[in-house]
Amino acid sequence: MIEIGLGHYLTLGAIIFSIGVVGIFLNRKNIIVILMSIELILLSVNINLVSFSIFINDLTGQIFALFILTVAAAEAAIGLAIIVAYYRNSSSIDVEKIDSLKG
Amino acid sequence: MIAHSVFFYIFSLIATVAAIMVTVSKNTVHSVFFLILCFISVSFLFIIIGAEFLGMMMLIVYVGAVAVLFLFVVMMLNVAQQKNQWFSSSGSSKHIPISLIIGVIIFFELIIVVGTWKYKPDLLPSLSSTMNQNISNTHAIGSVLYTDYIHVFQLSGMILLVAMVGAIVLTFRNRSGLKKQSYFNQISRESTESIELVDVKSNEGVKIDD
Repeated sequence: MIEIGLGHYLTLGAIIFSIGVVGIFLNRKNIIVILMSIELILLSVNINLVSFSIFINDLTGQIFALFILTVAAAEAAIGLAIIVAYYRNSSSIDVEKIDSLKG
Repeated sequence: MIAHSVFFYIFSLIATVAAIMVTVSKNTVHSVFFLILCFISVSFLFIIIGAEFLGMMMLIVYVGAVAVLFLFVVMMLNVAQQKNQWFSSSGSSKHIPISLIIGVIIFFELIIVVGTWKYKPDLLPSLSSTMNQNISNTHAIGSVLYTDYIHVFQLSGMILLVAMVGAIVLTFRNRSGLKKQSYFNQISRESTESIELVDVKSNEGVKIDD
């Protein structure tokens, strides 16, 4: 309990991952919160990669975490741009009302 | 070692509570701030564990750029009147227990995987990127990132470029009635077609509109 090992960090990553997944499922009102939940999931992946990298003593995990950071930033920019463009057209970002692709 | 564990528990508790508040919070601005808190505490965890460069990068990229982007969009979109009230919306509360069950199942699956898993004690790291204890973390990352992973690094730069262009194209709006420069017309204009010399006869004047 006192000794902090790899398992502690992996458990923290699992907790944050589950919170992100539950956040995606629970949310029915606001699409921005869904994007933030995706950011949480990417953060938990980063935690896993960095803790493995430190405890196995291999730098590759940190390099990959760096690239995940890049992809997460690009994803946030594109997602928010899509939300802004959608809000301009329909003046609402309510998740339950976005069903124009339903056919 | 005790300090390590104390700080680990403090920061991981803060990160977990902040992550819960991101999804539960009614106000979107508050959830953005809780997201910032979660990222800050996780970057502290990275610094504690020894990945200083990645922790600082996390602070710069997430807190400095992504979270501010979220805040801008939240303030631009006027989501104040449609608050995030997932637990009080009538008729659509059926999804709450299902999603909680799915989340708990995923969590326990991950815990089972973590708990029963052990890596081999004689596991060798890949040869090129073994951590050297004598140099700093930033130095080690730089010496690997710019040699072995240079193509992936440049590819990530291309990803950022494409994301930037895509975001500009998606949000660009062509307003009518706006006076703008037309570079092609300005540059391709020549003196022979822009100046016309007219012989003016006396008592007749010049016709300007033709």
